[in-house]
Amino acid sequence: MNLFNQHILSFAIWLPILAGVIVLLLGSDQNANRTRWVALVGAVISFLVTIPLYTGFQLQIGTFQFEESASWIPAFNIYYHLGADGFSVPLILLTSFTTVLVVIAAWEVITKSIAQYMAAFLIMSGLMIGVFSALDAILYYVFWEAMLIPMFLVIGIWGGPNRVYATIKFFLYTLLGSLLMLVAFIYLYHQTGSFALTDYYALPISMSAQIWIFIAFFMAFAVKIPMWPVHTWLPDAHVEAPTGGSVVLAAIALKLGGYSFLRFAMPIAPDAAHYFANTMITLSLIAIVYIALVALVQKDMKKLIAYSSISHMGFVTLGFFMFSQLGLEGAVVQMISHGFISSAMFLCVGVLYDRMHSRQIADYGGVVNTMPIFAAFAVLFAMANSGLPGTSGFVGEFMVILAAVKFNFWVAFLAATTLIFGAAYTLWMTKRVFYGAIANTHVAELTDINAREFIILATLALLVIGFGVYPEPITALLQATSAEFLTHMQTTKIPIISSVPAASI
Amino acid sequence: MNMSMSKILLLIPILPLIAATIVGLFGRKLPRHYAHVLTIAGVGLAFVLSAYVLNQTMHGFTLNETVYRWLTSGAFNFEVGFLIDNLTAMMMVVVTFVSLMVHIYTIGYMHEDPGYSRFFSYISLFTFSMLMLVMSNNFMQLFFGWEAVGLVSYLLIGFWYTRPTAIYANLKAFLVNRVGDFGFLLGIGMVLFHFGSLDYATVFEAAPRLASAQVQILPNIDWSLMTVTCILLFVGAMGKSAQVPLHVWLPDSMEGPTPISALIHAATMVTAGIFMVARMSPLFELSTTALSTVMVIGAITALFMGFLGIIQNDIKRVVAYSTLSQLGYMTVALGASAYSVAIFHLMTHAFFKALLFLAAGSVIMGMHHDQDIRNMGNLKKYMPVTWITSLIGSLALIGTPFFAGFYSKDSIIEAVKFSHINGSGFAYFAVLAGVFVTAFYSFRLYFLVFHGREKWREVHHDAHAHHDDDHDHHHGLSPTDDPHEPGWVVTAPLILLAIPSAIVGYVAIESMLFGDFFNQVIFVDANAHPAMQHLAHHYHELLHSPAGMALHGFLTLPFALAASGVLISWFFYMKRPDIPATIQRKCNLIYQVLENKYGFDSFNERFFAGGSRFIGSKLWQIGDVQLIDGAMVNGTANLIAKISSKVRHLQSGLIYHYAFAMIIGVFLFLTFFIKIN
Repeated sequence: MNLFNQHILSFAIWLPILAGVIVLLLGSDQNANRTRWVALVGAVISFLVTIPLYTGFQLQIGTFQFEESASWIPAFNIYYHLGADGFSVPLILLTSFTTVLVVIAAWEVITKSIAQYMAAFLIMSGLMIGVFSALDAILYYVFWEAMLIPMFLVIGIWGGPNRVYATIKFFLYTLLGSLLMLVAFIYLYHQTGSFALTDYYALPISMSAQIWIFIAFFMAFAVKIPMWPVHTWLPDAHVEAPTGGSVVLAAIALKLGGYSFLRFAMPIAPDAAHYFANTMITLSLIAIVYIALVALVQKDMKKLIAYSSISHMGFVTLGFFMFSQLGLEGAVVQMISHGFISSAMFLCVGVLYDRMHSRQIADYGGVVNTMPIFAAFAVLFAMANSGLPGTSGFVGEFMVILAAVKFNFWVAFLAATTLIFGAAYTLWMTKRVFYGAIANTHVAELTDINAREFIILATLALLVIGFGVYPEPITALLQATSAEFLTHMQTTKIPIISSVPAASI
Repeated sequence: MNMSMSKILLLIPILPLIAATIVGLFGRKLPRHYAHVLTIAGVGLAFVLSAYVLNQTMHGFTLNETVYRWLTSGAFNFEVGFLIDNLTAMMMVVVTFVSLMVHIYTIGYMHEDPGYSRFFSYISLFTFSMLMLVMSNNFMQLFFGWEAVGLVSYLLIGFWYTRPTAIYANLKAFLVNRVGDFGFLLGIGMVLFHFGSLDYATVFEAAPRLASAQVQILPNIDWSLMTVTCILLFVGAMGKSAQVPLHVWLPDSMEGPTPISALIHAATMVTAGIFMVARMSPLFELSTTALSTVMVIGAITALFMGFLGIIQNDIKRVVAYSTLSQLGYMTVALGASAYSVAIFHLMTHAFFKALLFLAAGSVIMGMHHDQDIRNMGNLKKYMPVTWITSLIGSLALIGTPFFAGFYSKDSIIEAVKFSHINGSGFAYFAVLAGVFVTAFYSFRLYFLVFHGREKWREVHHDAHAHHDDDHDHHHGLSPTDDPHEPGWVVTAPLILLAIPSAIVGYVAIESMLFGDFFNQVIFVDANAHPAMQHLAHHYHELLHSPAGMALHGFLTLPFALAASGVLISWFFYMKRPDIPATIQRKCNLIYQVLENKYGFDSFNERFFAGGSRFIGSKLWQIGDVQLIDGAMVNGTANLIAKISSKVRHLQSGLIYHYAFAMIIGVFLFLTFFIKIN
């Protein structure tokens, strides 16, 4: 037990990876059910071990908790250094929780290479938790790049007909950014002789170097979030990905980018972050308004939800770069909430796709007549996606918009258009898919959700409503961390007397 | 005492919520009657407890307390809590009473509908949301309730989801309301930013200190903080209370079942905007500009929406336009700083308009779901209770002395007369002209439905052509059938609503307008906006009592206008039906303008809906597909492909090769880096 308490994060990372390996070893398509159960047990245990991160979290501490550190590659001063703060704990829990859902969602749907599919998600889960808890740049980088491999495999093997194009696009986008990030790390190692994040936080850096560092990080993270104009890989990836892939992509992979802004780009280069704040806010607003309008005209449900995700992630970056506690916490809440809601939306599309093998809105109509229970869930999640109060979708947007009013009225004005456009594209889709008379014989033959689908959707529905009615459990985690973060961001890192040799990359 | 009171207050919204949840989740499995028994028990108890609370507040009880903390962020606390005073308690009683009547009525109205339990679940959920809205002690919860009632309205307008018109109308209602909420949310942001809190008490206390504060919304132009904030908040009220130009959703909302038209789209939800502005009186009083805006918008709505009522032939749409017009009256009263009068009219209107809608529903049932008033006539013979109660409701609506509507509407007209802010001249004209228009279309409806020839016997409509559709609008009564009065579950609510429609004005005017009922609740700056003071003075000097006011009412211009409206409609539709037909022919242009509802719908459809879709598709096709993907991404990819055609053997197209290359890359970087060291 002591071993566990001192290494909760390690357990959180390696248990799902171990479970993935076991599934690969034990599972096969002949023993489909055994494979599924092993995967489920692995996922559930992996989720349970992350719960102490929440229950044992010290709310008043703003720095890292649950720290573990061991020398890994002494020659380069690389450490296996883990830790979590208020930003990472909710994201870690979101990751381990989503993995359980993905395993259940795949139950009867995936019939080809089940073991590999389940293992890919379990391993990906561990790697993503690694990204959220690594405090050493190289460790972080390894997790960051490694989690792409299972994601490529998931899209490439279980994906749709155009999956190769989507994967290569995804690959090209992310590769470019990642390499620049590595360059930044190497530069920082050059300056400090260490890969420890805390050393980077304390390192004074000249403005010009900060700007370059920020740009390098930006290239890596903006693609992941994704921010306009490097977003076009996401709709393609979603459309081709199997349901589970879309869920993980939307619920967690996008948050890797958002989280990394908070963990690396902003605190390492705070002056550059302020310098670029207006640019970042502009890009965020473009995402919110432009992408919402693009979402409005989509004909493919998954593309529509993908664009909706980009638009919602605009609130995350907007919240970050206003440098107010309300906005920052709103942004993190938005990340968590979007994890639930986008999962739910993609799972809903999955439910329909499994039955009709179409994602085209035009192929549907009047689904409520044949699938009333499912339609009730879908309308609930659509409302959450439109940011209805009482659902978690409201909380983050509300906080960010209120913070924006203080920052600049017109920023708030543009951000608040999501009330109209967000509702327009989501509910218009709902109207065309769910309401109306039964559109065709395929819809007439639909059967309502089964117990497995019901459990998944009901769980998400409870979370979406629960955190909408009572978001304090999330925001309580963020209080101390965000205060600490903002204090750090307000302190310039530009050296007054240049003790560091003139920096150039 | 206080402890138990807190529990009672908590129970009032929670009971309908519990009932709604049980019926909503298990309604399909439970026997049918559970749906109405449970929800009526919930709402009925809530009504009894609300009446008790009102009794307490009238004896001086007030309460402002937090129920729980919703979230904390830095210095900001967002809480869910209750502010209970006379205004809240009165709203609670009105909401739960009308809701109870509608619940009972629904047993009759919806008894054949397959969505029976779903409907009860929705209306109980609505009651919960509306109660949370009126009981709130802060802006955040107000917004919660605000959008929650919008949600239920959306669900209920689209209740018959197979009808294309219904699902068009509910989307439209939600989006138009969202336009209002957009302004409302920005207004809430202004409040939080400048007052440092969303708690009513804190904000109102801070308001006078900020009365002359300036903000720069546009660079280098100073605007009054109060004006900006109040107008933004009022945009929210315009959406919810359907003021021009955000009124377009309300007539279409008649696609919903009639009981919810009575409850949501007449008596309660649409008056949320009025309630909100009255609640915010300490803010609005500090900006005469905002009040002028409120008044002018209200006046436009009151008059021009009334005109549209004249040409409608759908029984529910006539009542809907009358609701729009009456909401305009309330808004005008707010603009005149006569907040208590607006709330007073809100209350009387809730009774008589719910009555009129439920009576219309009774008529619709009698007519076998034919809603066209041109097919009706002489229903007084077959549906006496509906007839008498409709007459009472109509008399109240047009402001006949002694009836409830008279006291509230006459007070609005007088208050506007005493108001001297910008726009009050126009508003006075509008509310006066509106009296005539209201009387005309109300009694056009009344005469066509309850008097004259039995026209359904003359028309040949394909009565049962659409029998495959359970919910089709126009079954119609076949020429040989007689309409019947529905059972007691329908008539009892009509009678119970007819009583307050007749007497509540007489009973309540003294304490609500001229007594101390709203003393600690509504704030009026009597120096800047003395209309209310003049009104009280006028009442005490000249009228003395409710009876005196009614008797004096017979001698005033509004009564003459109302009476002439009734007479002319009688003459036009009972004596000489050729006259309106001729007018319609002669003034075709005006008729077309009214028929097109001044073009709001087609403008919105083309400009906003079409425009958004057009811009969206252009941004997508040109921005995303051509520029970003075409030129940048695939362009880069093509460039790389060209370069690498020389090293083609590396480009296998297999993912694991790429992944492998990437790992190699990482090692190369590390190696390179070790060498520098």
